[in-house]
This record gives sequence, C-alpha cells and structure tokens, in this order.
Amino acid sequence: MSATQAQSSNDPHKLGHGEVPVSERGPAPKRIVVAYGFWIFLLSDFIMFAGFFAAYAVLVGETAGGPSGAKLFDLTLVGWETVLLLLSSFACGMAGIATIARHRFWFLVAMAVTGMLGAAFLCLEVYEFTHLIGERAGPGRSAFLSAFFALVGCHGLHVALGLLWLMTMMAQVWAKDFRDDILRRIACFSLFWHALDIIWVALFTVVYLLGAGL
Amino acid sequence: MFGKLGLDSIPLDEPIPIAASAIVALAILSLLGWVWKRGYFPYLWREWITSVDHKRIGVMYCVLAAVMLLRGFSDALLMRSQQAIAYGNPGYLPPDHYDQVFTAHGVIMIFFVAMPFMIGLMNFAVPLQLGIRDVAFPTLNSVSFWLTASGALLVNVSLVIGEFAKTGWVVYPPLSELRFSPGVGVDYYLWALQISGVGTLLSGVNLVTTILKMRAPGMGYTRMPMFCWTSLATNLLIVAAFPILTATLAMLTLDRYLGFHFFTNELGGNQMMFVNLIWAWGHPEVYILILPAFGIFSEVVSTFSGKPLFGYRSMIVATMAICLLAFMVWLHHFFTMGAGADVNGFFGIATMIIAVPTGVKVFNWIFTMFGGRIRYTSMMLWSVGFIVTFVIGGMTGVLLAVPPADFVLHNSLFLVAHFHNIVIPGVLFGAFAGLTYWWPKAFGFTLDEKWGKRSFWFWLTGFYVAFMPLYVLGLMGMTRRLGHYNVAGWQPWLIAAGVGALLIACGIACQIVMFVVSIRNRAALVDESGDPWDGRTLEWATTSPPPIFNFAALPDVRGEEAYWGLKSAAREEQRLSDLPDYVAIEMPKNSPTGVVSAFFATAMGFALIWHIWWLVILGFVGAWATFVVFAWRDETEYEIAADEVERRDRLRREGKAALLGVPDGATT
Amino acid sequence: MSDRQHGEDLDDQNAPGEEGGRESIAAGVRTYVIGLVLAGLLTAASFAAAGSNLIYGPAIPVALIALAVAQMGVHLVFFLHVTTGPDNTNNVLALAFGVLIVALVLVGSLWIMGHLHHNLMPMAEMMQRQR
Repeated sequence: MSATQAQSSNDPHKLGHGEVPVSERGPAPKRIVVAYGFWIFLLSDFIMFAGFFAAYAVLVGETAGGPSGAKLFDLTLVGWETVLLLLSSFACGMAGIATIARHRFWFLVAMAVTGMLGAAFLCLEVYEFTHLIGERAGPGRSAFLSAFFALVGCHGLHVALGLLWLMTMMAQVWAKDFRDDILRRIACFSLFWHALDIIWVALFTVVYLLGAGL
Repeated sequence: MFGKLGLDSIPLDEPIPIAASAIVALAILSLLGWVWKRGYFPYLWREWITSVDHKRIGVMYCVLAAVMLLRGFSDALLMRSQQAIAYGNPGYLPPDHYDQVFTAHGVIMIFFVAMPFMIGLMNFAVPLQLGIRDVAFPTLNSVSFWLTASGALLVNVSLVIGEFAKTGWVVYPPLSELRFSPGVGVDYYLWALQISGVGTLLSGVNLVTTILKMRAPGMGYTRMPMFCWTSLATNLLIVAAFPILTATLAMLTLDRYLGFHFFTNELGGNQMMFVNLIWAWGHPEVYILILPAFGIFSEVVSTFSGKPLFGYRSMIVATMAICLLAFMVWLHHFFTMGAGADVNGFFGIATMIIAVPTGVKVFNWIFTMFGGRIRYTSMMLWSVGFIVTFVIGGMTGVLLAVPPADFVLHNSLFLVAHFHNIVIPGVLFGAFAGLTYWWPKAFGFTLDEKWGKRSFWFWLTGFYVAFMPLYVLGLMGMTRRLGHYNVAGWQPWLIAAGVGALLIACGIACQIVMFVVSIRNRAALVDESGDPWDGRTLEWATTSPPPIFNFAALPDVRGEEAYWGLKSAAREEQRLSDLPDYVAIEMPKNSPTGVVSAFFATAMGFALIWHIWWLVILGFVGAWATFVVFAWRDETEYEIAADEVERRDRLRREGKAALLGVPDGATT
Repeated sequence: MSDRQHGEDLDDQNAPGEEGGRESIAAGVRTYVIGLVLAGLLTAASFAAAGSNLIYGPAIPVALIALAVAQMGVHLVFFLHVTTGPDNTNNVLALAFGVLIVALVLVGSLWIMGHLHHNLMPMAEMMQRQR
C-alpha cells in the first residue's frame, strides 16, 4: 500500500537505488513483507517443535517397564512415510513453478498430487498409531510413549492442517485465479509444506533411526 | 449434550464471587444498555470493533489492560486483607477460594494487564515512530487483539461458571494434573492462555516484520527511536518464547485430557521437565514485559530532558544483549530443584551478567538527564520513580541470583517482594508514563497533570509501604501463598502491607479521576500542534490524533531523531519543508474477521473446558470459515483521494507553522 | 496493486522461499530435481547407516545426526531457496536466531534434566522410604 509513494514519488535522496542501503529504502514490497512475516512464524513453529523434541529426548528412557523404541518402530513403514513426504515436497515445488508460469491447470494437478501424497503419509501415520495402541503401546503406557505420540502427532497435526490449507488454496485458485494476494498465500503455503519436511528429517533421525538402535 | 457443564457448575454457595460477578455483570449490562440507547453500536462496530487501524487496536489493548488491572488489583486487595487479619484464625476467605484468588491475580496481571498494556503501546506508537501507515498485517493485528480479549473473557467467565485454577500462576504439576486438580480450573487456565498466546505470538510476528521491513525511507536501523529497538527485541522474544509455552501447556493438556504421562507421578512422568520448560518461556517473558517499558522511559527521559538519548548505540547493544541473555538464565527460577553446583553456578553467573546491560541502561538514563533542562511532568516522575525503585529491585534480584542465598529465600515473601519490585515500577510505571505520553497523540488532548502527579505519589508510597514489609517477612521465614498463619510477629508487617495496598488503591482512584477530569476539560487541554511535549521522534510530526493514514507523504529521514531534525531545519530556514506531491493513499479495509474468529475461538475454548465436543468442532469450522470468507474478498483496500490527503496535510502544516513560529510556505 | 513492478525494482531483497533470479522454468525444475535427488540419497544413507554393521557402532548416532543436518541444509537451499547471498541477509539472520533458540532449548533442557536425573533418588527407592 505504501511502497508506491515511498519508491516512485519521493526517493528522498535522489540517488537512485544502487547507492542507498536496503535498510534505508523505505517499506519493502508487500510480497517480501508477507513472506518474511510467514518465515518468522515458521521459525516460531520450529521452536515449538524444539519443546516437544526436548521433552522426547528427556523422557525417551522412561519406558516404565513398557516397550522401548527398538521394539516398536518399523523402519520400513517410516521409510515409506519419508518417501511420500519427500515426493510431496517435490510436487509442491512443481506447483510453485506452475504458479510462476501462471498455469492454472498444472498448478491444480501439482497441488492435487502434493495433497494426495500428504494424505497417504497421514494414513500411514494413523495406521502406525492405531497399530501401536492396539498392541497396548498407546500414549498412556509410559512417559516415553507419551512424548513419542505427542511429537510425531504434532507433526501429523501440522500435515493435516496443511492439507486443509492446501484444499482451500486449490479452491481459491480455481475460483479467483492467480490474484496478487493469492500468489502471496501460495508462497506461504509452499514455505510451510517444505518446512514440515525439515521437521520430518529431524523426526525420523532422532525418533526412529536413533530410537531403533537404542 | 453439555459435557461436564450443569447447573451445579455455578458456585451459588460462595457469596463473594457470586456477588462480585453479579455487580460486574450488572455494570456491563447497564453500559451495554446505555450504548444501545444512545445508538452508539453502529459507530463502535464500524470504527472500533472491526477496525484494522493500528492506533485504534493499540487503544483497545490499553482499555482491556486497564479494565483487567481493576480485576487483578481487587484480587490483590482480597489477599492483602485476608493476610492482614488471618493470624490465628482462618480469615474470611476459605482456602479453596483464596487459592483461586492468588492464581487469578498472577495470571491476570501478567497475561491480561502487563502484556496488553505493552503490546497496545507498541501497536500504537511503533508504526508512527517508524513513519509508516500501518503495521505489516493490519487484519492479523485485529485478530491478535480479539484473541487476547477472548482469553481474558474465559478467565473472567471462570468466576461464575465453574472455578479457576488453585495451583499458582505457573500451574506446576503434579498438583495441576487431573488426579490432584480434577475440576475445570486448570482447564480454564490452559485454554485461556493457549488462545491469548496465539494472539500474542501473531502480534509478535506482526511487529517484528513491521520493524524489520516497513520503515520510512532513510530510517536505517541505527536511526530508529529507542522504543522501536526495544520493541524489536521484545517481539523477537515473543516469537521465540511463546511457542515454548504453547508446547508446554499442550503437554499438560494431553496429560489431563488424553491420559498422557508427561508430568504425572506414574509411569515415568517427570514434573521437573514441566518446570524446566515453563521457565524457558517464563524468563524471556519477564524481558518481554520490561523491554518496551525501557523504551518508553528512554523516550520520556530524552524528551523531558530536552536532550538526545545519551549513549544511543550502547543502548541498542544493551537491548539486544538482554534479548539474547534472557534465554540463558531460566534455571534461576528453580535453583532448589537440585541440578547441582555446576548447573546452578552457570545460571547464577549468567543471571548476574544480565545485570550489566541493565546497568548500562540505568546510567544512560541518568546521563541523559545530566545537564538537561528537565521538565518534571508526571511522565518524568514515573520515570525517576522507576529508576530508583527498579535499582533496588534489581539488587534484590542479584541477591537471589546467588544460589546459596536462593536456597534460603526461594518461595518466600522475599521473592514476592522482589518481583513486584521489578514489575510494578518497570512495567506498570512504564505503562502509565507511556499512556500519559501518547494520550494526546491518540485523542488530541493531554491528560490532567495535577491528578497524574497525585496518582504517582500514591502509587510510589503505596508501593514502598506494601512491598518493603514483604522483604522483611521473607527474611523472617514467611512463605508465599499462605492463607493464614500462627506467627504473631508477622501480623504487624502484613497490616502495613495492607495499608500500602490501600494507598495504591488511592493511586488508582486518582487515575480514574484524572481520566474523568481530562475528558471533561478536553477543550482546555487540546493539543493543536500535534507536538505537545516538544518531541523528538516521528509520531509528533503528524497531527493529534493522526489521520487514519498517519502521514500524507512518508517522512524523509536523514538522521537520528528524525522529527527533531525536521524541526531544527524549519527553524533554521524559517520555513517548513516543501510541499510534497499529494497522491491518493490506499488503506486496508476494516474487517470483522478478528472479532468473529475470536468469537468462535471463545466458543471452542469454552467447549474444550467443559468437554462439549460438538461445540468444539463447530467453533473450529466457524473460525476456519471466517478466514476463508476473509481470503475470498475481492476488495481489500480503499482509496483516500489526493484532495482529502492534501486538505488534512495543510491543516497539519498550519499547526506546525504556528508551533515553530515560521511562515507556512504551503499556503502560497 | 503495484507490487510486482516494485518487486523487480528491489530485487536485492528476497522474500523467503523465493528463487533469486528470474530463472526459466527448466532451471526451476532442475533445482527441485537436484534437491530431490540429494535429499533422497541422504535419506537412503541415513536408513542404511542405522541398520548397518559396517560402521563402528558408537559412531552411528553421530553419523545420523550429521546426515540429518546435511539433509536439512539441502531442503533449505533447494526447496526453501535460502542462500547466503546478500539478498538473503535478513532471512538468514532470522533463521540463525531461530536455530540459536532451538539449540538453547534443546541443549539447556538436556543438560539441566541430566543433572537433575543424576542427583535424583531412584523412584523405587523413594517410594520405599515413604512407606
């Protein structure tokens, strides 16, 4: 809103922008402001996960006589989950490229693929959870399992909310096409979706791979 | 259908909360009736409730804080009177109620008084000081405010429906676990804080982005006013610390709702992990509250000493050092938990180190005053009162940072005296100074100084009379949160503390009188120049109150103290700056998104507290639908025509020309 | 909305997640493909290392963590387009702040809780004494 005047009509120093440092050039364009704000939000989300990771790391040995990670974790399942999430992230990147090309059809296809891969990931996770609960290894069994379910479940919850957002974005592009504000939201969504992948990398390493060896 | 909620959830057998809430409900209803009768509802809805203007939202935050201050302070009066009489007898508050009172007092004062005051003032002043037209995300700002209000509402609803937590304001498990707190009190606490916490986090994101990405042209980092720097540090801390609170409370919620074992006694749960995590948020929170106040004092001291802030750059370094160190000291809240000498030693020393940048600040304020032409307005009184009192509080803090001393003093009234000694002069005096300082900017007239000064003297003496005895009591061995006691020697000190609370009550009464008198005399107190204090920063460059777009053309910043520079140039050249080319301005449209989504969040929170699952789903879907409706809007901005912008700016220039005694070159 | 032309004016400031230059579609796809391949390889290496007997046992956790950090870097660079270029200073600074806090929370908690655990009487013994 205000970038217009700041840049065009009163560049105060009449220097052209090559010489004025970025920090003195007035309000940034909205595209940058929005993505930066969302980036800050994502970092706060990482810190929230750090809380859950810390709880998991502290409580991982507290099995209270129940099963430990080495007994419970099925690395094949986790491997498939990882593949699904990675491909989903890739598909999300393709949706971003379709956005740059302003190609609605390929955008919707790529987003649908992203969503389906995400949903498949979520199904595997739900299967894992129900399976564990069925084996009397639910979150109420021990502090270790509580921390495990909360940490992995928190990531799953993020994926689920991401799917809701994804479908909303698809509907929006379908109805309104690539409007400026929608473009900014797509950028935020893809940041969110890729960030979930980063969390998952930490998760499968710390929880599953290190846990399976314990 | 209604989960755990039934008619027996209303504590009809407890006369005090029922009577109090009946009176409050009556007051609210009569206020609403009056508003309805005078036909103010459309105005309120259009101009305030759905407003996305950062100035309006800032004012609403402060109103919320002021109202909640009355609630929190009445809790304080209850506790002080109970302890003054409860020697050898149970007093007049049953333990059950007394425990809720001290919990509610802490929660309300921290989350719904101190936080909204500071966030409100930042919201109001930061965009003006940066020379821009609004925050980065105006509608999100409104959402943040209404979510905070929603949390405050839930805490107050607990007075009538159900109960509040009886666990102290940081709800340590296992006491706060389902087994030992089976009621809904802790659930009220959890959901109220989660909802308002989301609001706080979003407002932190908003202000960080605003400060880092939206400054006026020429406003480099080392040209920002001090208040913007401390706001940046505060909001970075909010963004970094509040997620930890969210995670911690979520774990306790899982324990209580789904039978998890994070912090229980059984099956490997570890209560100490809760204490560790909550203070990893809790200590930065202390600095979240104090840093904006430091900024306010910097502005006030510099303005009323007629000098630039002494050691501006060292102040920036000190602020950012505090911002980082705030994350390295949290263990000093639980030295006695038994981490051993290494850990206690590290955190004790880190705590003492954090006193160094704080000391730098104190010296900078004193040197700013040194040799200045000081005007002792009420704001300056608040600041000087703060410096003296805060240094005492800081020194008791350094004392508590020595682990062996802490083993003697922890959990005693000495600690209670210490943190009130920090928070009252730091946060509240800062909020009052900021309120008086920016009031004319918000409303176009200054506050009555006579009543302001009276209020200051009552607050200051009241503070010393109320809290110095608590230091003594702490050293005598009295622990905190005692409902009654059997030590005769304590009573005189507790009576003295009660008298202090009454003096503070007089201070609050003076403030209420101050508002009434000032509003009545607003014609005499009017501020026509937009610069009543001979200010130095950009908020004083515009009119009072500012137009919705703040600045007709974004200011041209050429150094520190941007507005002082403009004024000096105008005086030197005997004319105002050249007329800019006026162009139409696009401003974000108002939106009910904030208030509607907060309505659904409140419903969802209430439903979660009482296990009304269908309402939970309804609330979630409602909140989501609200955002979808917002996202589907085709028109997000409206235009203010160039003519109108020019008209408003010419008025502003007339005021400035009169103030500076220079001809208004624009009229030719 | 006049944002887009301004975006071009100011292209030494990058939004997070935005590719620096005005690349062609093929170049964009190539970035993602490289990212996917690298991430896939690192993931495979992690899973292989976890189950292998080839690596000295106690080194496995270290190897896994190193691989995870590398993979997070790959994601950041190829998917989120965070680079060290001058156009990204603000984004990287924010990330550094976030990483610092994450590290403080994790290391601090583990250190504190480890010490507490060390000093704590075993639960069973405590229960016994209470009887």
